[in-house]
Amino acid sequence: MDTFILILTTGIGLGALYFLVACGLTLIYGIMGVLNFAHGTFLTVGAFCGVWAATHLFDGTTTLGYFLSLLVGGLGGGLFALLMEQLVIVRLYERHMDQALVTVGVALFVGAILSGWFSNDLRLLPSPPWFTDTFELGKSYLPKDRFVYFGVSISLLILLLALLKFTRIGLIIRAGVENRNMVSALGINVRLAFSTVFFLGGLAAGISGVLIGTYQGGVSPLMGGSYLIYGFIVVVIGGMGSLPGTALSALIIGVLRQFVNYYAPGLGDFVIILILAGVLLFRPQGLLGKVSS
Amino acid sequence: MNLLKLNEVHVSIAGSHILQGVSFEVPRNRVTALLGRNGVGKSTTLKAIMGLYPAQGEILFGDVRLGNLKTHEIVRLGIGYVPEDREIFSSLTVKENLSLAEREKNPDYELVFSLFPELKSRSSQRAGTLSGGQQQMVAIARSLLNKNQLLIIDEPTKGLAPKLVGEVAESLSRVAGNSTMLLVEQNLSLVKRVAENIVVMDQGKIVFSGDPSNLNDESFVTQYLGVSGGGH
Repeated sequence: MDTFILILTTGIGLGALYFLVACGLTLIYGIMGVLNFAHGTFLTVGAFCGVWAATHLFDGTTTLGYFLSLLVGGLGGGLFALLMEQLVIVRLYERHMDQALVTVGVALFVGAILSGWFSNDLRLLPSPPWFTDTFELGKSYLPKDRFVYFGVSISLLILLLALLKFTRIGLIIRAGVENRNMVSALGINVRLAFSTVFFLGGLAAGISGVLIGTYQGGVSPLMGGSYLIYGFIVVVIGGMGSLPGTALSALIIGVLRQFVNYYAPGLGDFVIILILAGVLLFRPQGLLGKVSS
Repeated sequence: MNLLKLNEVHVSIAGSHILQGVSFEVPRNRVTALLGRNGVGKSTTLKAIMGLYPAQGEILFGDVRLGNLKTHEIVRLGIGYVPEDREIFSSLTVKENLSLAEREKNPDYELVFSLFPELKSRSSQRAGTLSGGQQQMVAIARSLLNKNQLLIIDEPTKGLAPKLVGEVAESLSRVAGNSTMLLVEQNLSLVKRVAENIVVMDQGKIVFSGDPSNLNDESFVTQYLGVSGGGH
């Protein structure tokens, strides 16, 4: 039972990280109909901004310093995403294949620059000492950092859902996910919504970059690419464009991966691929996605 | 005085030359009906005006050339558009569908709810769960919230039960009284009721432009529209 709770907690923490990576992907795909292969780069850029902030701007080993660095990482990812959207994507609207190719190019280009600059070795991300402490629940000792990941993810999910539900830009984004041409036909500049979604997606990815850096003990230029794959899987299983679907899918994948890896070491990713194949075969719109008309 | 003028408009989609030099005018404060058999390019013409399809040729709204404008800029000139198949946002509530269409500080909800009182009582209902007629009301209502100079309405009675056709027709008649409207409609009894000018298309071209009284001529209707003159 103690092991069960420990694995469950770790899985939820991992699922929270997957959600942060995937929520921007799902919004960007949902409203623009394009798979953004540079999304992992937003994560990496955010992570490096977080490291810089935690070592040069604030003291990352203090709780306040860490969370301020987390915010800087998020803003770094968001601003980089916005910059890419304004400089590159904006010229390629409705050219979906070109968008995919260009985003792959941006990912490779920025990855190469970061690798050349910082090397591919892990760079330590300072974090408060209490992150490595454990929290005692019965006879289980649960790592405290997992609660941070979960708390940040839940907070961001609530904020994003509130933004989508209660603000005009959120209304435009929800309508744009359904039918962006009709949004334009109501006199709304849907590109502003695109830019907002890019920024929010980059913000979430940047935050996830800092948290993943903490989770794996440091940041590297390669981290974005590996987590992007999980992000895509989460988005497809959850349903393109659905934030609640993405949250549910991330939770399932995070928890399942941990359990399978514990009881059948090395098979966690295999089981996830099986689930992905099953969803694509039997429910291609994803768990909470809508059937496209 | 014309509000809208199309001059030699061509549209090609996926290699098919759909509009082959469409030219006609929409006079101010009158209802112009764009008629023709299925597939002759009526909806494509409306979408070309709205900037939803790239078009060659000249489209003038007043003195403004629409050719280089984006769809949202065209709408903001004062054009309300009700698309074929309604295209309401099914996951949004009725209220959200309407508020999304607001462009002015004081949207005319009084007019909308006087025409469609049902929408007020259903404002919290998801638009996707409405009946076809109610969805059409939402689609038309969105175009009436703002003070548009021109209403472009594409087949508002398509797929509706006869009783609902009557309700929608009644609403359109009330709106048509003091508006400039370009209406695509297959229901000839509705066209006869509201239209003051008709334009007939065939195979991507305009083949007739003139008085709606021609619709009372059986041979005219059979020749140009391929249906009997009684109605739908």
